Amino acid sequence: MDFMNLTDITPDAVILWQMGWIKLNLTIVFTWITMGILLVISWLATRRLRSGKDLSPWQNFLEAVIEITSNQIEDISQQHAGKYLDFIGTLFFFIVVSNLFMVVPGYVPPTGSLATTSALALCVFVAVPGYGIITEGLVQYLKTYSSPTIFMLPFNLVSEFTRTLAMAVRLFGNVMSASKIAAILLAVIPLVFPVLMHLLGLLTGFIQAYIFAVLAMVYITSATRVQYELEKG
Amino acid sequence: MDVTSLIGMMSIFTAGFTIAVGSIGCALGEGRAVASSMTAIAQQPDESGTISRTLFVGLAMIESTAIYCLVVSMILIFANPFWNQALSR
Repeated sequence: MDFMNLTDITPDAVILWQMGWIKLNLTIVFTWITMGILLVISWLATRRLRSGKDLSPWQNFLEAVIEITSNQIEDISQQHAGKYLDFIGTLFFFIVVSNLFMVVPGYVPPTGSLATTSALALCVFVAVPGYGIITEGLVQYLKTYSSPTIFMLPFNLVSEFTRTLAMAVRLFGNVMSASKIAAILLAVIPLVFPVLMHLLGLLTGFIQAYIFAVLAMVYITSATRVQYELEKG
Repeated sequence: MDVTSLIGMMSIFTAGFTIAVGSIGCALGEGRAVASSMTAIAQQPDESGTISRTLFVGLAMIESTAIYCLVVSMILIFANPFWNQALSR
């Protein structure tokens, strides 16, 4: 929390560098740092890929993580993970890295800004109809909006927007409150107790990343699975 | 009482009241959800994976109401638009 004051709710307000109308705020900088961390780790792990028993620890670790992610996606969607793994995995790893690095002093999680979480939620908002149309075609997908009856059409449309809003605000609220509570406690009780709150922040950060990915997968599944049922019946 | 202290007083009171009411409902709902999922896991330990995953998703849904209250009270305390307006006048 070195960059941010206690009164700054989001890192958007802190502008590090400005030239004309180009502003570089804390959110953008730390998004780049998070992307850099992910890129460097992936590059280091995939530099010397081997098969067989003689694996490097990094490759072993990444393979295990990808395996777990893929299994979770297949459990939820009851479909092959292949085409969802890129999208859901990217969402999950970006959020989890930025949430877990919250314990590193000086790191400001970019997910603690409503702009970042809205961007991620908008990705899901676009991806849900995208996957639905790719899987089942445009007409079949549009029919799901009027299921079970045509009277449900406005509710289905509204729920599409409200769940996007809910995803964005949920992630923002959790991460922002975790970092803010740590900062407030640091001002009130500087010894030992903030460490416990940081531990709790690690837990909530991981669970929120998991929930964001699971919810995105559930929404995509509901957009692709309904048509399967329609085709059968 | 001038307008600045009125805004400050009402903001702090409303922030506390918001988070109090919001957390009560959310806590009751989450308690019910966890209790019934515990019962379900105790009855069917084989399905614990599915049950706990659904529980997490459901808890996230329930919890989001409390998070909305938290965001509102945070805005009232730290980024109150009326407070800055009153100060600048």
